[in-house]
Amino acid sequence: MRSRIGLAGLVAGVSFLAMGSAQAVEIEYWQYVFDTRVKAMDQLIEKFEEANPDITVKHVTFPYADYQTRVVAAKVAGQGPDVVQLFYGWLDNFVAGGLIKPLDPAVFPYDKIESEFFPIVSAMKRGDSYYGLPTAVRSLALFYNKQLFQEAGLDPNKPPQTLDELLEAAKATVKRDSGGNMTSAGITIAMEGQDHQWWREVLIRQNGGQPYSDDNKQVTYNDEAGLAALKFITDLQTVHKVGQAGFMDEGQAAFRAGLAAMTIDGTFRLGAFESNPFEWGVTELPANADGLRSNYASYFANAIGATAEGEELEAAQKFLAYISSPEAMQIWLDVVGELPARKEAALTEKNLADPIHGPFLKGLEYAHTTIFVDEMAQRQVAIDMANRVLLQGQDPKDSLAQAAQEEQAILDRFYNK
Amino acid sequence: MAEIAGQESPATSAGLWDRFSIRTKRVIWAWGFLALPIVFYVGIRFYPTVQAFWLSFTDWDLLRPATIIGLENYRRLFSDPLFWQVFRNTFTYLIIGTPVSLVLSFIIAFYLDRVRFMHGFIRALYFLPFLTTAAAMAWVWRWFYQPVPIGVINDVLQLFGLPQQPFLRSVDQALPAIMATAIWAGLGFQIIIFMAGLRAIPNTYYEAARIDGLGEWAILRKITLPLLKPTTVFLVVFSSIGFLRIFDQVYNMTTNDPGGPLNSTKPLVLMIFQTAFSSYDMGYAAAQTVVLFTILLVVSLIQLWVLRKRT
Repeated sequence: MRSRIGLAGLVAGVSFLAMGSAQAVEIEYWQYVFDTRVKAMDQLIEKFEEANPDITVKHVTFPYADYQTRVVAAKVAGQGPDVVQLFYGWLDNFVAGGLIKPLDPAVFPYDKIESEFFPIVSAMKRGDSYYGLPTAVRSLALFYNKQLFQEAGLDPNKPPQTLDELLEAAKATVKRDSGGNMTSAGITIAMEGQDHQWWREVLIRQNGGQPYSDDNKQVTYNDEAGLAALKFITDLQTVHKVGQAGFMDEGQAAFRAGLAAMTIDGTFRLGAFESNPFEWGVTELPANADGLRSNYASYFANAIGATAEGEELEAAQKFLAYISSPEAMQIWLDVVGELPARKEAALTEKNLADPIHGPFLKGLEYAHTTIFVDEMAQRQVAIDMANRVLLQGQDPKDSLAQAAQEEQAILDRFYNK
Repeated sequence: MAEIAGQESPATSAGLWDRFSIRTKRVIWAWGFLALPIVFYVGIRFYPTVQAFWLSFTDWDLLRPATIIGLENYRRLFSDPLFWQVFRNTFTYLIIGTPVSLVLSFIIAFYLDRVRFMHGFIRALYFLPFLTTAAAMAWVWRWFYQPVPIGVINDVLQLFGLPQQPFLRSVDQALPAIMATAIWAGLGFQIIIFMAGLRAIPNTYYEAARIDGLGEWAILRKITLPLLKPTTVFLVVFSSIGFLRIFDQVYNMTTNDPGGPLNSTKPLVLMIFQTAFSSYDMGYAAAQTVVLFTILLVVSLIQLWVLRKRT
């Protein structure tokens, strides 16, 4: 008797479930936890569900430190997300692991992707296929403290535009006590922050070099250009004494505390700097003597999970199209502060005139994107390279050569696998 | 059907059960209870350990299926200069950290044992760091070590006209600076254990020694230290394992450049962590784990042998 009731209940439940699936598709969207990103995505999901009442999107988040491991573990367990966020630098691993599938050119025409997004979207292309689309992109700029500029007798509305001007401004704004100890930095030096990107994609190119070969398999910075770029950064501390690695623990901490006149950082820092108790400004990364500028851009893209099939795949494609639309990008810019990945949405007059977003957007037009194979390990190579010069007094030339060798080994191990 | 079977089984087992002697029943009961932790340990500890040994012979990277590559990971490890530096760092933590922390905690325990004034309060003060989260404590110390204007220690040095020290920003000073934090963190626990050991020594021995006219130094050498040996052995092994596995302090005090500068503070555990969870090189990380396991085993066995009871 009891079992009959149970069976009836089970049948009812199954039929209810079946009914449910006939009416609505549920897809899962995964990203890592970051307050504003989660908020923005919740807004986007709400709008998407309004427009597509037959689709529900389940928003799943994980702490950043676990994120990649979770995605991989879910794939092993056969329960991956339908739409998943990934850093562009993880693409090779995600593709090799079969975690995501290429975008269907019938739904996402590749020529349109190439004409409508900023060129850095090409970092999502492997072979002939695109594997994901970014909602927002990040670039670098020079942040400067207007108050410290004014105190040093500089015009707070004329931030440095060239590397020489940058150096002059740093010399003017650095402060030392009677013992010769730095009490306020002219410019922060933090290879572990964004300086390694500045060195790799900006300074090396401004000195006439190129960090990697076109196929990305060879390190090509072990030359005069790489050396000049490295020396520009280390000389800030060893020769000009306008900055000091480790001052105030971190570059961004020094700037927030009002103890650094300038720092190079990305769009993602805007939220943290918003509450700075002083007036600050943003300007494009300084040009070299010939007026050549460069920038480093990076982004998180959204891709379609390998396990999405049938109507879930269709729903996932619809959702991906929506979160890569100009409307979604504007919401992302307003909530998160990251720049739209489509030119049309980014380069509006309003955005370009914005004193904060403007310089970052201009940087996107000439930005480069490093194809990392192991971001942490490659960053570590750059950190160690600078530390050998700054802490052990090694000749920059030797340190550079060692770094090139170490990084080449990382690339070789990846590409020879 | 299931119900009928359910009724039947206690009857048969009771018949079988009655045939056992009390002694056999006792053994069965004992194993019954022991089975739970054994199953738990086999599943949670031993199986992963064996798995790690197997993984160390593969090139598993989480994403692709593992393939056996023989001893390649070990060959790579032993020819990696980073491994040898990390190896040296790990043993520096052990060889300096363990004796210094034991001598310090013994001295403090020895004198604290005689203090009556606010004894509990002082003991609590020493024990407090042990209760604090390692991460939080490491961060506080990290700020202590900063250069002027925010580093407390450098501010004090300045006050006395001494040059400021780079501490965590130096390849020579960073490791001792982190070790000091680790020693300080473990001190409270060791003091408590030492004091318990001291209290356990019968007072009559001391009285007898004093009547015989032994000096304090002789009492310490002939009575206190020998009778304290079981406590010391325990603490030596315990603290050695702690230093060999040091991670929290190092990672939190050097998050921007973990184990830096220039790997001068990186212990083996941190290297394993980075290989596994930032480079996803699981096979290589497993090989490092096997090496760490071997080191821990050998060091513990040597210590137990050296400090064994000579009867």
